[in-house]
Amino acid sequence: MSETATPEQGAEIDDQSKRDFLFISTAAVGAVGTAIAAWPFIDQMNPAADTLALSTTEVSLEPIEEGQSITVVWRGKPVFIRHRTAEEIADAVAVQANDLIDPQTDADRVQKPEWLIMVGVCTHLGCIPLGNKAGESRGDFGGWFCPCHGSHYDTSGRIRKGPAPKNLPVPEYSFLSDLKVKIG
Amino acid sequence: MDTNNMHPVMKWVEYRLPVFSFLDHSLGTQYPTPKNLNYWWNFGSLAGLVLVIMIASGIVLAMHYTAHVDYAFDSVERIMRDVNYGWLIRYIHMNGGSMFFIVVYIHMFRGLYFGSYQAPRELLWMIGVFILLAMMATAFMGYVLPWGQMSFWGATVITNLFSAIPLVGDSIVTLLWGGFSVDNPTLNRFFSLHYLMPFVIVGLVVVHIWALHVHGSNNPTGIDVKSEQDTIGFHPYFTTKDLFGMGLFMMFFMFFVFYAPNFFGEPDNYIPANPLVTPAHIVPEWYFLPYYAILRAFTGDFLVYQVISLGGLLMDAKLAGVLAMFASILLLLFMPWLDGAKVRSCSFRPIMAMAFWIFVLDCLVLGYIGGKPAEGNFITIGQWATFYYFAHLLVIVPLVSRLERPRQLPDSINASVLKAAE
Ligand code: HEM
Ligand code: FES
Repeated sequence: MSETATPEQGAEIDDQSKRDFLFISTAAVGAVGTAIAAWPFIDQMNPAADTLALSTTEVSLEPIEEGQSITVVWRGKPVFIRHRTAEEIADAVAVQANDLIDPQTDADRVQKPEWLIMVGVCTHLGCIPLGNKAGESRGDFGGWFCPCHGSHYDTSGRIRKGPAPKNLPVPEYSFLSDLKVKIG
Repeated sequence: MDTNNMHPVMKWVEYRLPVFSFLDHSLGTQYPTPKNLNYWWNFGSLAGLVLVIMIASGIVLAMHYTAHVDYAFDSVERIMRDVNYGWLIRYIHMNGGSMFFIVVYIHMFRGLYFGSYQAPRELLWMIGVFILLAMMATAFMGYVLPWGQMSFWGATVITNLFSAIPLVGDSIVTLLWGGFSVDNPTLNRFFSLHYLMPFVIVGLVVVHIWALHVHGSNNPTGIDVKSEQDTIGFHPYFTTKDLFGMGLFMMFFMFFVFYAPNFFGEPDNYIPANPLVTPAHIVPEWYFLPYYAILRAFTGDFLVYQVISLGGLLMDAKLAGVLAMFASILLLLFMPWLDGAKVRSCSFRPIMAMAFWIFVLDCLVLGYIGGKPAEGNFITIGQWATFYYFAHLLVIVPLVSRLERPRQLPDSINASVLKAAE
């Protein structure tokens, strides 16, 4: 055995390709095995089952008057719910979607025009835009304004000016009744 | 080392584990050191001192700290008010972070001025850049732990940088958070990693010093050691000088700890984190401000952005800003090759010396801009300063280093010392 494994000094190795094959296949199996074993150590960082389980929120819309907004928490993030005025809806609909940074019509963003529901997290670097509370700055387009680096959103929550690349995202939601929504 | 006149116990140990000769060759009489090192060479040992202080104070803080969103802020306040000397230990740790960056930034600019990154010290320099990156990660995660408003929103903004990566960005951010926003899982992992990283830094420092000891220290003339006349033993000369420097440095450090403990901090971080309210001005700790200015310089109309993105085709401004911010540090790794001069020290390269000082000024301007709101003239100045930062590293250094004719070098370190003494 030992003489075949280590040929004498200067001796010809006549099974070099077999040795190469064994070496490469062993290394490959080892590398794949290590990669598979590493996955649990990476994936443990992803949201755990209990974090995922908290992922729907039900909200009653009854107390929200026209022209008012509320902020609810969904998956640890603020969700803006705005009861839009007729004027705000008209402004949002009047905009030509093609001219926008992130083109979307108002109809793409609402199920019922008077209720605008979206995640209140600036798509630039994650600050909470102002404008959901009375008296806060609502930016150049009458919607929301992110003070962190100056992003302006319109009455449909679309980005109009500033560094943010995308419109405020609309979460999945459904109306359970006329005045009750389930977010998530 | 002469083992004959050692104490018998030392001799017994030395025979089995040669620690004494190892120390003597690393920091002792047997480590030949250029005899002309000036005070800029003190900052390496100062960085080592701060690292030890950070680990000691950090481990003590961890005995009282609770890594949970409901308790973290209160546990830090308890350290401040109720734990015996907790205020002192926390202020040491808090200001120690700033001291660490002051010392390391001076240490790095020293290297840039005297050409310490040039052959054969390229790896030594590159390991240093990795130490800086590890320090930045450590300090960033440490700042999240007290769970104040700046902790929370700093963490939110910085982790969101990764969302700029095409396709996988959002999944990476979710992975970093362990949820759908910065929350309890995030705080827990940051505490775990904040505890780990300093020991990774210790490991990097060991390799850094190992590489240093292969060719020894560079020196203010930048010329190689040629004979024994150029050197003196590290002990007692530089051990003494380093200790003297540490004494001065500790006075500086302790001035802040005792008389201005919140000088480097943000008052907003004494407000408990509130995920629903963003502070009006989010600013990172001062040592991150230059990078923050580079990040924010990239708006849609910034000329440099228009050029590198081919008029916006290749990437959006957010991604460009993130890439530029990382590039601003990673480019330093290439300094040994960007600089093509045959002479190391800027003392003999007057044009390069001038470029160096303008670069220092530019970094200070970036730092100033990073702390200001992104509006009006601040944006324009930040963009020019960003442009200059990259122009220095990518154009000025490669060209000047290759075109400038250096002044006459002294014959040896010894000759330069004797001449200076005349
Ligand atoms: C490379 C060295 C280190 C650096 C640069 C560093 C940096 C920081 C910074 C900037 C803070 C925030 C201070 C504040 O605003 O309150 C912090 C907090 C903290 N660090 Fe470190 N740290 C280091 C090493 C360590 C070590 C080894 C431990 C040991 C576990 C530790 C434990 C803590 C704890 C428990 C806190 C939270 C308490 C507090 O906020 O005062 N640190 N660190
Ligand atoms: S996070 Fe809103 S503008 Fe940057």
